[in-house]
Amino acid sequence: MTTVSPPTGTAVTRGRAQAPGPPRRARRRRVREAALGYLLVLPALGVFGIFVFYPFAANFRLALYRTPPYPGLPSHYVGLQQVGQVLSSSSFLQSLGSTALFVVMVVPTGLILGLLLAVAAYRRLRAMAVYRIIFSSTVVTSVAVSALIFGTLMDPVVGLLPWLGLNPSPPILENTTWALPAIAVMAVWQFLGLSFILMSAGLSAIPDDVLEAARVDGATDRTVFWRITVPLLSPTIFFGVVVATIYAFQTFGQVDILIGPTNAAFEHVNLLVYNILNTIEVNKTSGQAAVLSIVLFVLTLGVTLLQLRFLERRVHYGN
Amino acid sequence: MAQVVFREATKTFDGVTALDHLDLEARDGELLVLLGPSGCGKTTALRLVAGLEEPDSGEVLIGEQVVNDVEPKDRDVAMVFQSYALYPHLSVRRNVEFPLRQRGVDPAERRRRVAEVTESLGLGDYLDRKPRQLSGGQRQRVALARAIVRSPRAFLMDEPLSNLDAALRLQTRADIVALQQRLGTTTLYVTHDQVEAMTMGHRIAVMDRGALQQVDGPQAIYDHPANAFVARFVGNPGMNLLPLLAVHEGPPAAYGDVPGGTVPLGAPFVTDPALARAAAVVQGASSPSLLAGIRPEHLRLGEDGTIDATVLIVEVLGAEVHVLCTLLDGTSKIVVRQEAAARRPGAGEGVRLVASPGTVHVFTGVSGARVGGSS
Repeated sequence: MTTVSPPTGTAVTRGRAQAPGPPRRARRRRVREAALGYLLVLPALGVFGIFVFYPFAANFRLALYRTPPYPGLPSHYVGLQQVGQVLSSSSFLQSLGSTALFVVMVVPTGLILGLLLAVAAYRRLRAMAVYRIIFSSTVVTSVAVSALIFGTLMDPVVGLLPWLGLNPSPPILENTTWALPAIAVMAVWQFLGLSFILMSAGLSAIPDDVLEAARVDGATDRTVFWRITVPLLSPTIFFGVVVATIYAFQTFGQVDILIGPTNAAFEHVNLLVYNILNTIEVNKTSGQAAVLSIVLFVLTLGVTLLQLRFLERRVHYGN
Repeated sequence: MAQVVFREATKTFDGVTALDHLDLEARDGELLVLLGPSGCGKTTALRLVAGLEEPDSGEVLIGEQVVNDVEPKDRDVAMVFQSYALYPHLSVRRNVEFPLRQRGVDPAERRRRVAEVTESLGLGDYLDRKPRQLSGGQRQRVALARAIVRSPRAFLMDEPLSNLDAALRLQTRADIVALQQRLGTTTLYVTHDQVEAMTMGHRIAVMDRGALQQVDGPQAIYDHPANAFVARFVGNPGMNLLPLLAVHEGPPAAYGDVPGGTVPLGAPFVTDPALARAAAVVQGASSPSLLAGIRPEHLRLGEDGTIDATVLIVEVLGAEVHVLCTLLDGTSKIVVRQEAAARRPGAGEGVRLVASPGTVHVFTGVSGARVGGSS
């Protein structure tokens, strides 16, 4: 009957002291925290998985199949043959050339104009707040609205050019030479709001006293701009270059609204994204469109990585 | 080198007067400290000299030249900013040589001067570092190096020590004084720290609400403050200011009533007619129109005291003790500075205070102006 003994109690006490020691408790807490973290990101992960990651992966599979132009017919596995075929087609090469030219026209122009506007608006002048709103308003203007505005301005009958006494023939949006620059002007205008906001934010982050110190140290306005403002703005400029490049690569709305596949200048304005759209909508060959979209992805990624590799060397991140 | 002169210089920002008809001269080779609380206009004055602001009226002269319309780059002054304002993307070497490059100094001379200045300030080992790789004290020295490298006509220093810790501030303070003495360059030094002002300035210009209150040597400002503001602002703790309820003629000298007692006013009416006139005014006033000013070190606790007070707090500072008391009116506060070895009263204890004869200042209650030749 007298079975209760002190050793048992001692054993229990020792067991408690050893079992969940501080490191194990900390590990358990970390696991709990991680589990909570994953639980919280799960909804976002689900949405992204369904609408971004799955289509992205499926696109790679689609690129290996030839899809017939008529619905209901089976797709055939053709492997990388289709990739080679698309990449060597004259329509792709011309589209790639037009896109590259378009990027070269839009990125520097959009950023330089944005910087100039930001510098102008940075001066503490009367009514500058109104100008700031006007300069940044293109951010909230849709592509359709901007296309309508520029379509009217470039109209051969009621547009700006006839009013100025200029009547290019064929009309500017049907002109194989001028259609792409015209679309680029629209894209620059559209991007200008974002560029202005970016540059304004970058400028306001530069301490006033650094600029003042340079002036007292004997620098002219031009020297202050090139030797102090631009280097200190370089992180913003670099970010702007990346964003503008991606924006230029993805432009297609203006071409779709103002040019279209039946336009005489179409071949010269057939930007990559519009080419993808046409391949699906007109040619009905989604396999080839998948190849083009992978090319667009690789190009955008590649150019961004190149910018990171080479441009970032010249960026000063300050303190 | 040159003197820097303000002639009736006025500056307003959005209707707020930052600088009000400032008349002031920093003499050639002098270290003039502009001292005052935040918003008193001292930095505005400095920026007028640098050319970073333009006066609304009046003139600023550097040497004999009126510089109101001269660009900052052409004024040949160097400024050290509170934040140091170093160029973050340039190395220490490029920061220091920046002003020389702007003036087209040839590369060999540039190298020589940068090496000389950076060596003298102990920066020789950091020439290729960026400002972000330096400590606060080193950054401060780079800012100084950038200022002195081109031998300007005047140095403008805007609270250059305020971002340093106490020990480093003490050291750098001495370094700046030594540097200024060695170079003999006219220097305008802005600070709100009266200890800095007292220890560094050949003269101090005390400012408040955009107006110059007094300009004189540190000791003269401390001993003979021109008004109640200067009396309270200069000194740590500042001068005690007590309402002077009445002023009486001796013998042997005039004395005044303060809440809880009397204080000796030093001069008899016959030798100080201004005091006599003020006494007549205070006699008819319904509320106290004079203030008695007594430095904390001119008061002591003693049985022979003439002011009754109650101890509020006793602050022990090591070398000395500050005893904060309230007077009998319950609102007037008075600080007594005594040596650490003296008897320390307890909080709530009733004490009697003695003001040393000839140390009490009298100011008008309204304008704060000094009355007569008190003390």
